[in-house]
Amino acid sequence: MTTVAGTPGVGHTHHDDRPFIRKYIFSTDHKIIGIQFLFVSLFFLLVGGLLAMQIRWQLGFPNQPMPGGKLLPETMAPDGVILPEYYIQLVTMHGTFMVFFAIMPLLVGVYANFLIPLKLGAHDMAFPRINMASFWAALLAGLVMLSSLFVPEGAARAGWTMYAPLSARPDLSGAGLGQQLWCVAIILLGLSSILGSLNYITTVINMRAPGMTWFRMPLSIWALFITAILGLLALPVLSGAAIMLLFDQTIGTHFFDPAAGGQALLWQHLFWFFGHPEVYILILPAMGMVSDMIANGSRKPIFGYHSMVFAIIGIAFLGWIVWGHHMFVSGMNPTLGSTFMVTTMIIAVPSAIKTFNWLGTMWRGNLRFHVPMMHAVGFVAMFVIGGLSGIFMAATPVDMHIHDTYFIVAHIHYVLFGGSLFALFGAITFWYPKMFGRLMHEGWGKVHFWLTMLFYNLTFFPMHILGMAGHMRRIYDPTMYDFLKPYQPLNHFISISAFLLFAVQAIFALNFIISLFRGAKASMNPWQDNGLEWTLPNPAPHGNWAEVPRVYRGPYEYSHPDTTEDFLPQSQKLPGDPEPAAASAAGH
Amino acid sequence: MTTADARAMQPPFPAERGVDAYNTKLGMWVFLASEVMFFTALIGAYIILRFGAPGEWARPGTVLNVPVTAFNTFLLICSSVSMVKAYASIADGNQKLLKFWFLVTIICGASFVGVQAYEYLHLIHRGFVPSGVRDGSELAELVANGTLPGASLGLYGSTFYTMTGFHGFHVTCGVISMIYLYLTKVLPGKYTQQNYGGVEVIGLYWHFVDLVWIILFTIVYLI
Repeated sequence: MTTVAGTPGVGHTHHDDRPFIRKYIFSTDHKIIGIQFLFVSLFFLLVGGLLAMQIRWQLGFPNQPMPGGKLLPETMAPDGVILPEYYIQLVTMHGTFMVFFAIMPLLVGVYANFLIPLKLGAHDMAFPRINMASFWAALLAGLVMLSSLFVPEGAARAGWTMYAPLSARPDLSGAGLGQQLWCVAIILLGLSSILGSLNYITTVINMRAPGMTWFRMPLSIWALFITAILGLLALPVLSGAAIMLLFDQTIGTHFFDPAAGGQALLWQHLFWFFGHPEVYILILPAMGMVSDMIANGSRKPIFGYHSMVFAIIGIAFLGWIVWGHHMFVSGMNPTLGSTFMVTTMIIAVPSAIKTFNWLGTMWRGNLRFHVPMMHAVGFVAMFVIGGLSGIFMAATPVDMHIHDTYFIVAHIHYVLFGGSLFALFGAITFWYPKMFGRLMHEGWGKVHFWLTMLFYNLTFFPMHILGMAGHMRRIYDPTMYDFLKPYQPLNHFISISAFLLFAVQAIFALNFIISLFRGAKASMNPWQDNGLEWTLPNPAPHGNWAEVPRVYRGPYEYSHPDTTEDFLPQSQKLPGDPEPAAASAAGH
Repeated sequence: MTTADARAMQPPFPAERGVDAYNTKLGMWVFLASEVMFFTALIGAYIILRFGAPGEWARPGTVLNVPVTAFNTFLLICSSVSMVKAYASIADGNQKLLKFWFLVTIICGASFVGVQAYEYLHLIHRGFVPSGVRDGSELAELVANGTLPGASLGLYGSTFYTMTGFHGFHVTCGVISMIYLYLTKVLPGKYTQQNYGGVEVIGLYWHFVDLVWIILFTIVYLI
């Protein structure tokens, strides 16, 4: 390597004598906060998975005692048989935990915190204390949500979308406190997201290292930046709606109760006005990190960097004007429905641009199929399936048939599990060495990838068929319906696949935990990546760089003709590279 | 603001050019964008519910005491003026005037909260509650003898208390923050002509809260 500007902050580590509790518990260091988010949201991912297993038991083996079900109290599963009242809590809480407390914090809480300052060459976030508050608010929200499973009447029962009036009237749902705790947790989570977002936005705008111009930012940072804008503007709408819902339940307001003049549809509009940007919050960071990993694994510059950036912005903008496609059967004016249909289909364009650019990046690349790359490619494949089924349901006439069926369930799992979660498995493996200084095991990582890919498709692909057959979402016992009886073997098959899918995640969990202590020590740049974070030792010290790094080029200069190695870090100065103008603008 | 002042409110390390606003100021603008969306949700719900209400909406002045709240609105606008004066004073480096105008802002803001609390107590006493009208109250009698349209009063109470309540909550947060800044920064003289970011940032928040009130006063009390 020739000159690398920006020396790691080893000087800081010498006198880093903060007590343990300030260093690892109430830390304001963005890296520690990211790792805290990682552990907490992986825990909630496990909770969500356990809830899903119970759902699958009931659907595959209706009214049979669940193994271990006797551990549950009488009010949930007497003699191990899941009650309908408990089943509806299961689907509600599975969706809530996975969307709000697993995938969203895994993508945004973990990687926005960990990556933004590291990839931009900043010493920390703009507001470290607000950042810490954001984590603790999220943890508190998660614990409140978790506690609602243990209150006497049980957790919320109106589905993760919490449609009114069922959610608004305790006399209808039969769960007063559980519904209220759901609202309180969501309001707290909204606060956490807003605090996080304003931090990410400020940091990206104002704290880029000299030379890190807008179009030299890695696509992961672009995606996280745009995601932060979506979160900043969407979450307060959900908070407002949740506050109105909470007031309906507690102080007798009538926002969503048609019996007293309120409007149940108002809830749907508010929820989905938040909810559709939310689905892009759940996928854009994954797309960004996949772009980084695919360029790295292909040893080629990303294909169409600028079009990737504008596709992210385009998806985010269109995300605001499509929410009505969740409500085609709510009795909306067909003209309005057609409008929403058209805007929704337009989103396929920037999404397709991204897909073709990923393929174009891999095309004739010098492919390295390391574990993150495999997950990234898996992401692209699964996202295409999820994206295409999305176009089916965007068409109003088709949606009339498949609305609220397992087709929708299949779609969301193809984009959230096949998409976001595959990207996350890749991202966790990719940045693990920078977080913990060790590598996760490559062989077990590949075993985990292939088994997950297999059982994931066996679980979710047949759901398309169930949905086309009219299998309703959230039903307790499919054998109660004559027209679904021929499909019960398929349900049986899906459930067994789902149990196996859950079981093979143990490989990932064990790989993650054992590698913390026994994993091979990682070098400074184990993936030979160009990002600024790889110029720091493992794990990166508090304060990151003692001296702010200089950036000379974009993040995807792989196989550059002027270098002997096939990568060229952003901070490596080649002869003839001009010094960034901002470097001397302010004194140190 | 001259460039020398602006630099004083920037972090002491080189960075690529951002938006030429120091971090806390930019952060506050970003935060206010999310606040706009929060109030949009509440106000949007109000507009939709009012236009879709099952019966006639109660006319201005029949339930709410408009003159008292008009006075309160005047107080809040005055506090915005005094906030600008406080900002201008410290931009000129005048500590004494900063202390005076900052205190005036706090007093006006606290008075606003006080008057609103009085208004709430009075309304509840008359029988106006978030769920509509209380049985056997003064307003319930007006509904019974037909002088007050009763069908939409439930929505009226829901939207009135939620919107004005959350605005009041924001004012209260602002007053508490200002008292904190007054005691820890303004009185000890920690703001200088080179570094007065705190005054500017709390000022942004304060003007936003004021602006929201002007909208709320118009759509809730006047039309």
